[in-house]
Amino acid sequence: MKKVVHYINQFYAGIGGEDKADHRPEMREGHVGPGMAFQQALKDEASIVATVICGDSYFNENMDSALEEVLGMIKSHNPDLVIVGPAFNAGRYGMACGAVAKGVTETLGIPVVGGLYPENPGADMYKRYGYFLETSNSAAGMRKAVAAMSNLALKLLRGEEIGSPQEEGYIPKGIRKNYFAKERGSKRAVDMLIAKIKGEPFTTEYPMPVFDRVDPAPAVKDITKAKIALVSSGGPVPKGNPDRIESSSATKYGKYSLEGINDFTPENGETAHGGYDPVYANEDLDRVLPVDVMREMVANGEIGSLHEYFYTTVGNGTSVANAKKFAAEIAKDLVAAGVDAVILTST
Amino acid sequence: MVKEIESAGLPIVHMCTVVPISLTVGANRIVPTVAIPHPLGNPALSREDEKELRRKLVRQALKALETEVEGQTVFEQ
Repeated sequence: MKKVVHYINQFYAGIGGEDKADHRPEMREGHVGPGMAFQQALKDEASIVATVICGDSYFNENMDSALEEVLGMIKSHNPDLVIVGPAFNAGRYGMACGAVAKGVTETLGIPVVGGLYPENPGADMYKRYGYFLETSNSAAGMRKAVAAMSNLALKLLRGEEIGSPQEEGYIPKGIRKNYFAKERGSKRAVDMLIAKIKGEPFTTEYPMPVFDRVDPAPAVKDITKAKIALVSSGGPVPKGNPDRIESSSATKYGKYSLEGINDFTPENGETAHGGYDPVYANEDLDRVLPVDVMREMVANGEIGSLHEYFYTTVGNGTSVANAKKFAAEIAKDLVAAGVDAVILTST
Repeated sequence: MVKEIESAGLPIVHMCTVVPISLTVGANRIVPTVAIPHPLGNPALSREDEKELRRKLVRQALKALETEVEGQTVFEQ
């Protein structure tokens, strides 16, 4: 029987939520959490011999050493294939799954199957190191993800040929594969053109890469005269979260006055973010939004001034489209207020 | 968010712990921070030492804003 090792985070292992996200790498025999459903789908063709677990924050804050430890654990079982996740739209979990996939591909040379929502930052970064099935953005899609991932894992274990991303449902790995087409290129091109003219659907054979990059803005000439604004995706809000910014998948941002705030305390600020342990931010929000030292720097002339408002949202599973929309509005406001430069903090 | 604000012509520095994510999303000025739940602090330190750590990180961010960059640049401490 073929051997599979499964990588999951502390949450899916049932160890705990954000308060346990600093959990160090650990290995358990057999399947754990979602591994049970994978084992059922893999039937008697493959066995999940071990599950490697690591806390999401621990992995991302100690990427090199955590990866080395995780790879050592995986290697000790000499598996035929590794399953990672699925991580859906969980950013740190997706990054960990991707890094494990890269490590396994480069050092063990065995196939990796994972599951990610396409907007997960791990997808863009690590898609070429494994077959990452495209999943929904939350664990509600677990059943579908397990079925699709198991199906592809079995194909790989049997040595069957893997079809195109469209056929199999995985995120394109960015590699090209030669094949013999039924018709010659000129005919295919003209057919496509005619379909386009008729307004009918057609599929390009050569999708253009998307380069979503912005040129760096010019540096600030004299920071001691500059007006600086604070923006954060770490969810800092006035105590009580007056606008009820959601703890994940935020649909709004907040703009709040800093008037009268020289230092954050447990009484005047907290975080709305549900994607990290809030204890430290709730104790002292300066740890996310450094108002105390910014005030000090205005007073001693290190910077010109601090913009009187800060802007905040929760970057936890929040769609790229929403983040873009919030930031476009924030940018407009900043320009109108004569702000010279921005510090954006993320958790 | 970083890109959208920068595209309005404002220099912006991204202070974050998971630098690979910042590089993937396309921030141009990046200052690595302490930890995910407390990027600009460290509860293990005394109040004074923690504030000094925050001062250093913000000064690094200000330095990044004053520095012309050609492309993505990580400003290590």
